[in-house]
Amino acid sequence: MIRWLTRRVINMLIVLWLISVVSFIIIQLPPGDLLTATLIALEQRGVEITDDLVDDLRRQYGLDKPPVLQYVHWISRFVQGDMGRSFVWNAPVNELVGERIALTFVIALSSLLFVWIVAFPVGIYSAVRQYSWGDHTATFLSYIGLATPNFLFALILMYVSFRYLGLDIGGMFSLEYREAPWSFAKVLDLLAHLWIPTVVLGTAGTAGLVRIMRANLLDELRKQYVVTARAKGLTETTLIMKYPVRVALNPFISTVGWTLPTLISGATITAIVLNLPTTGPFLVGSLLSQDMFLAGSFIMLLSILTVVGTLLSDVLLVMLDPRIRYAKQAA
Amino acid sequence: MTANGGATGTEAGHEVRLRIRRPFPPAVSPLPEGGRDEAAENRDDFSSQWQLMRRRFLKHRLAIIGSVVLLLMYLAALFAPFLSPHDPTQRNVAYREAPPQRVRLFADGRLRGPFVYALIGEKDRETYKTVYRADRSRAYPIRLFVQGHSYRLFGLVPMKVHLFGTGVEDVPVHLFGADALGRDVLARTLHGAQISLSIGLVGVAISFFLGILIGGVAGYFGGTADEVVNRLIDLLISIPSLPLWMGLSAALPRGWPVAQTYLAITIILSLLGWTTLARVVRGKFLALRESDFVVAARIGGRRDLPIIFIHMVPSFLSHIIAALTLTIPGMILAETSLSFLGLGMQAPAISWGVLLKAAQNVHTLALAPWLMIPGLFVIVTVLAFNFVGDGLRDAADPYAN
Repeated sequence: MIRWLTRRVINMLIVLWLISVVSFIIIQLPPGDLLTATLIALEQRGVEITDDLVDDLRRQYGLDKPPVLQYVHWISRFVQGDMGRSFVWNAPVNELVGERIALTFVIALSSLLFVWIVAFPVGIYSAVRQYSWGDHTATFLSYIGLATPNFLFALILMYVSFRYLGLDIGGMFSLEYREAPWSFAKVLDLLAHLWIPTVVLGTAGTAGLVRIMRANLLDELRKQYVVTARAKGLTETTLIMKYPVRVALNPFISTVGWTLPTLISGATITAIVLNLPTTGPFLVGSLLSQDMFLAGSFIMLLSILTVVGTLLSDVLLVMLDPRIRYAKQAA
Repeated sequence: MTANGGATGTEAGHEVRLRIRRPFPPAVSPLPEGGRDEAAENRDDFSSQWQLMRRRFLKHRLAIIGSVVLLLMYLAALFAPFLSPHDPTQRNVAYREAPPQRVRLFADGRLRGPFVYALIGEKDRETYKTVYRADRSRAYPIRLFVQGHSYRLFGLVPMKVHLFGTGVEDVPVHLFGADALGRDVLARTLHGAQISLSIGLVGVAISFFLGILIGGVAGYFGGTADEVVNRLIDLLISIPSLPLWMGLSAALPRGWPVAQTYLAITIILSLLGWTTLARVVRGKFLALRESDFVVAARIGGRRDLPIIFIHMVPSFLSHIIAALTLTIPGMILAETSLSFLGLGMQAPAISWGVLLKAAQNVHTLALAPWLMIPGLFVIVTVLAFNFVGDGLRDAADPYAN
């Protein structure tokens, strides 16, 4: 187990390193170097551009060195927690990013919970009552859920609630709490607003997981141990919940690996439609204005959190399922 | 097909036939094509893998519906200028955010055939919103094959004929309403389909190439190559795709012509799209590498490339096709999302995402909900691709139970 974990962590570090390279490439991609954007921003603010200033900035960002050294410069500061400055906001990226990343993850995690809470009973029902009326409904809804892009679902939800309920459901907080410091009341207010992005984001994931749960459970239900359990006289509920469901439960944990990136992606775009103060609108804004330090750091941070989340889910899976545990130990 | 595959196929074919035959006695067949089906099943012993697959696919009802829908969609995209009554770029001040016009059949209680009324916009004195009402003084019949703006069909054939329209210069027919500049939403949706629907196909073609190549190398050679490819796939899967796509497409220069942006976006989408395919290919290669017919070919002195392309690829091509079909909707959704955010296709180009961008805030939506119609097309297309993909996946392995 320890050996497996070590290997897994080393792999993760390699992946993280590669991600940092990708992020750096993205930062470097726009035509011109970082300075072009800074200089334009400074000029717009009425700062006089002198050769001294240019040289100064060049040295400050390490732009007088070759790309590899620039990368080393960037990543070493990143690891120390300094993500550079945003040109547009003229503020350290750290200050801008913190709360937004946190809120993004609150939304992603609550969506994940929503997915589990809904997919679990629906998936079991669909499998146990295969081809029933309820199963067909669930299947139909899953297909629709998978086919509807997040932002469109958010739009429709917003339209319906605005048109028929007279509610403007955008945002994360009510007006009076928007600028207020954190308090218990603000948390409650957050929870009251949280359900909309949660539902919007969770729908596609739920649909996917219901399909997987149904398929897995159907496979399990046909196996001999189920027949045996039934023959020895267990009630149907005990039987299903105790054996096949436990086996079919794996995808709930193992899909976290790819659910999390999807949720984060979805959160990015949903946040723009719903006007949430998360990473989404900020990332798009920084990309559109080519504020590349900000954008690159965002992509890097989101990826780091995703990779760590995936590792945690893998560890959880290994702890839950002895079969996987032994297979890993043997390997 | 190799001898090995053919043999298993025959055995499995027997089973399938026996099971299916019982509920349907051959004499009474309610389906019109039942006779042909029955004859086909009698040939099971001699059916090729592809014949078995086709038969299985045709049994998947949703997949059939999906294929028909997709066929119609792609035809509509191809004939978009002919099908749309208006030029998608034509502005019309008198019809800004005009609601969909109703096609009427009766005037004053008498059947008049399909016709529309012209719309008259009036400013509401309190809200300053334009309110449209139908001008009932004159009915404009909708006629087929009317002359309208000129266009080039398939970009080649100059034409002026449109499927339908009023044929009157100043009286448009907006079945899906008009946007903020008075442009026809139907025409824009149909023209948008050209970019939105084709980007999936082109993207998948590129992913297909990359996936087969990279997955094949990993699966066939194994060892270090396999390890490297696996790490690469791990990496690409663990980055949230949308932010990465956004980052890459933000780097595209704004001033690029439509065709160039299109190609660039497609390549960006394929950069992540190949991973799914590569995994399928790799898995199949690993499984097939040790199988008897490949070993036989190797002993027989075949080189690596012929073994891959003559012996291995045909035996899992069906799986690849199914995986491909399931990759397309993801690409379509990705393009729509990127364009919606303003990071994909840009304004003079028309795609479903660009159109949906107009419907971004709730107040516009409340006034002009018909701007969401392109979204409906996105959903239906993705749904259809998923159905077809499911059908293909089930059919891909006709020898499985």
